[in-house]
Amino acid sequence: MTASFHVPTAVVVAGAMLLLGLGVWAAGRGRRRGFLSTVDRVTYSTLHTASLASRHLADGLTPEAAERAGRHLLAILGASSVAICDASGLLSWTGPGDHHAPDAHGHASESRTSGAPSVLGSDAITCSDPDCPVRAAVTAPLIADERVVGTLTAYAPAASAGLARATGELARWVSAELDVAELGRARTRAMEAELRALRAQISPHFIYNSLGAIASFVRTDPERARELLLEFADFTRYSLRQGGPFTTLAEELRNVERYLVLEQARFGERLQVSLLIAPEVLPVRIPYLAVQPLVENAVRHGLASKEGVGHVTISASDQGGEAEISVDDDGVGTSPESVQRILDGVSRADSIGLGNVDARLRQIYGDDFGLVVETAEGAGTRVSFRVPKYAPGVHAE
Amino acid sequence: MSDTLSVVAVAIVCVTTVVVGGLGLRLSRRTSDFYVAGRTVSPRLNASAISGEYLSAASFLGVAGLIYDQGVDLLWLPVGYTLGYLVLLVMVAAPMRRSGAYTLPDFAEARLGSVFVRRLAALLVVAIGWMYLVPQFQGAGLALALVTGAPQWVGALLVAVVVAAAVGAGGMRSITFVQAMQYWIKLTCLAVPAFVLLALWLRSGAGLPSVSDAWSLPFSPKSPDDHPHYRTASMMLALCLGTMGLPHVLVRYYTNPDGVAARRTTVSVVALLGVFYLLPPVYAVLGRVHLPSLPAGVRSDTIVLQLPERVVSGLGGDVLTAMLAGGAFAALLSTASGLAMSVTGVLHQELLRPQLSRLTGGDAFGFGGFRLAAVGAVVVPFVVARYVEQIGIATTVGFAFSLAAATFAPLLMLGVWWRRLSRVGAVAGLVVGAVAATSAALTTFVAGPLDGWPGALLANPAAWCTPLAFATAVVVSLATPASVPRDTARVMVRLHTPEQVHLARSRVPD
Repeated sequence: MTASFHVPTAVVVAGAMLLLGLGVWAAGRGRRRGFLSTVDRVTYSTLHTASLASRHLADGLTPEAAERAGRHLLAILGASSVAICDASGLLSWTGPGDHHAPDAHGHASESRTSGAPSVLGSDAITCSDPDCPVRAAVTAPLIADERVVGTLTAYAPAASAGLARATGELARWVSAELDVAELGRARTRAMEAELRALRAQISPHFIYNSLGAIASFVRTDPERARELLLEFADFTRYSLRQGGPFTTLAEELRNVERYLVLEQARFGERLQVSLLIAPEVLPVRIPYLAVQPLVENAVRHGLASKEGVGHVTISASDQGGEAEISVDDDGVGTSPESVQRILDGVSRADSIGLGNVDARLRQIYGDDFGLVVETAEGAGTRVSFRVPKYAPGVHAE
Repeated sequence: MSDTLSVVAVAIVCVTTVVVGGLGLRLSRRTSDFYVAGRTVSPRLNASAISGEYLSAASFLGVAGLIYDQGVDLLWLPVGYTLGYLVLLVMVAAPMRRSGAYTLPDFAEARLGSVFVRRLAALLVVAIGWMYLVPQFQGAGLALALVTGAPQWVGALLVAVVVAAAVGAGGMRSITFVQAMQYWIKLTCLAVPAFVLLALWLRSGAGLPSVSDAWSLPFSPKSPDDHPHYRTASMMLALCLGTMGLPHVLVRYYTNPDGVAARRTTVSVVALLGVFYLLPPVYAVLGRVHLPSLPAGVRSDTIVLQLPERVVSGLGGDVLTAMLAGGAFAALLSTASGLAMSVTGVLHQELLRPQLSRLTGGDAFGFGGFRLAAVGAVVVPFVVARYVEQIGIATTVGFAFSLAAATFAPLLMLGVWWRRLSRVGAVAGLVVGAVAATSAALTTFVAGPLDGWPGALLANPAAWCTPLAFATAVVVSLATPASVPRDTARVMVRLHTPEQVHLARSRVPD
């Protein structure tokens, strides 16, 4: 059949592609190798090993982390085996001679109580196996937050000054890494606390104004007052719920609906809302309470201080692998500088959760996915953000 | 010839596609009342959209041509195209939806927690998408060549340009409503001429066509060294298991709000496709009546387009031909743009965006990269289509299905139903299936159809590639229990728990 298939051309094209690929590969390799002295190479390989170990230590001192980091620590120390213990027992043993593993926690007890390095000779470590390399131990404490949280013990056929020094320095480096890990955990905890704070943070103005508006209907239109009260109950239940950090866009919009019904009871015809929602994006998972604060911001800052009718437009559009959600108002606007201060967390005045929504979006999806605010004095405001339709670890509920 | 009317019909279809693609979002309704829940895409609408995107040139032109050419054995073909959704319904539709994945690479990452598997799956999405785009371009060339007499590459180029423009402009992104319309347009364009031709045939009293035994008896060999049983079984396996691996089909499932809706959608898809696939056999039989033999050099793929003017003379025939040409182009454009959209998305997200942002220090966002990816997604299959013109449309489609069946079917079915699938096992299954299916397709493309068993095995590779890939994935997984993802149990619970059962750890009690 090869009438239209020109074999020589195909061979030439395939060959050219192959050569190009090889060239790129060779160029990449050449850059990596370079010309290095032996000392440089040893330094770099040590740094590389350390960086591998530090990645595992990012979770703190857990058995898995100790197990994985232990391999790299052993490579740096050049000892025969390495044991890592925490205050209560052995976390990991790396290297030969693991019949000594049950004693490792005991070997480290001196260092653990004194907080200083200790050396055990062959008098303290006895072994019936003549080939066993575990004859001497050097232990150094792991100190995080000025407390001894564990110990690093290097085992070798004989204790040397070099090994003692290396173990001490390495333990100090591991301690620093553990401090960094603790810092990371503290940051996560702070973020979670902030999220909890946002959940509870239905603005007091809103509660007061809503109840006032409802009260005004109690005599004139009791049926409407009852409906509004039920909306209010549903709104608070959603906003104070204790579920996971994600919900679907449809759920979030339903809550925005309740919010707007209550605001409209107060503003009446002055508040006009239009929606432009592509139905395809309704099942997209978004962080819980990510849209409502933006709408509240639009209503309060865009309209409340303005005369006449105000329009708020909520739109969600499909962008292939992402969804874009935006809230527009034609209110008084504000200066870009003050928005910048709010997003940076410098100024907290009156910004209902804008900075918080921004921080949560960035934490979950990365820095490419923060809030985008377009505004100027007297020109209205548009707040928008994008969410990927799929992100690892993001599930509704 | 009925040049003018057909050209007008094709032009209308192309312009509409570009305009709708460009306008995109503006079609969604503006409303001031909420009722958001009532506005989610209903399973029926979504099913129409899936069918509209799925019914391609192969269905519109190729199936009738193959039945006309090879006889009743090929009646299995429309059955297989529909049956794929039954397998999808039973095996993966709801769990896939519950996984929260938007694309196949997403599912690979969600289930196996590995970026490497994700990349591999992305590579395969591109390969399958390109392989499936090739016959679309071929079909475009054929259709336009027949109705206007233009060279074959003109039609292919037209579709390539229109698709690249529509995708690059940012349109054609899951516009459910538009794709749903496409289904009904295609059905009308195929059904109306079919009924007119049927009525004329009944009135003329032309009687049944005279056909050879090889045409009318099931499983009769076409040549001494043919293996009809193997050929049919392998084709059915490819279609049954390949449908779930088509990139443009699964992204639409994300539009369903939950697993139940995903299943309802699939049931509707089976019904809609069942109705559509009643029609190509009608054209095949009528073709046998009116065109007992084709002139030399004319391909059987064009039988649908040739029939009207053979039966109806004058304006009536021209109108029917124009209708069919327009319908064929609608089929081409909707499938091609769906595929190109999926391939573009993957090329952009996995390949171009990381590279661009590295080169420009994170500043290269916006549309430049996306447009580049759209052009790349279309150019490669266009060039390939120029080289493999001699192979029938449905055969090329068969290879795309075989590749999907040999790679994604094991990944999805084992991923959804087998807890001990390991990362290494999944990778091994994907690689073995991909290499086997691709080499079979390439051998056929380059060397042409072979005779005897080698020919049968290479032309319909699914029957040996797919079990091979399954076996590899299972054996390697059992040998590498250490690389089973640690959160497998949790992911499986999420995939299989119906939405009515609330898994939330704590909620405000009612």
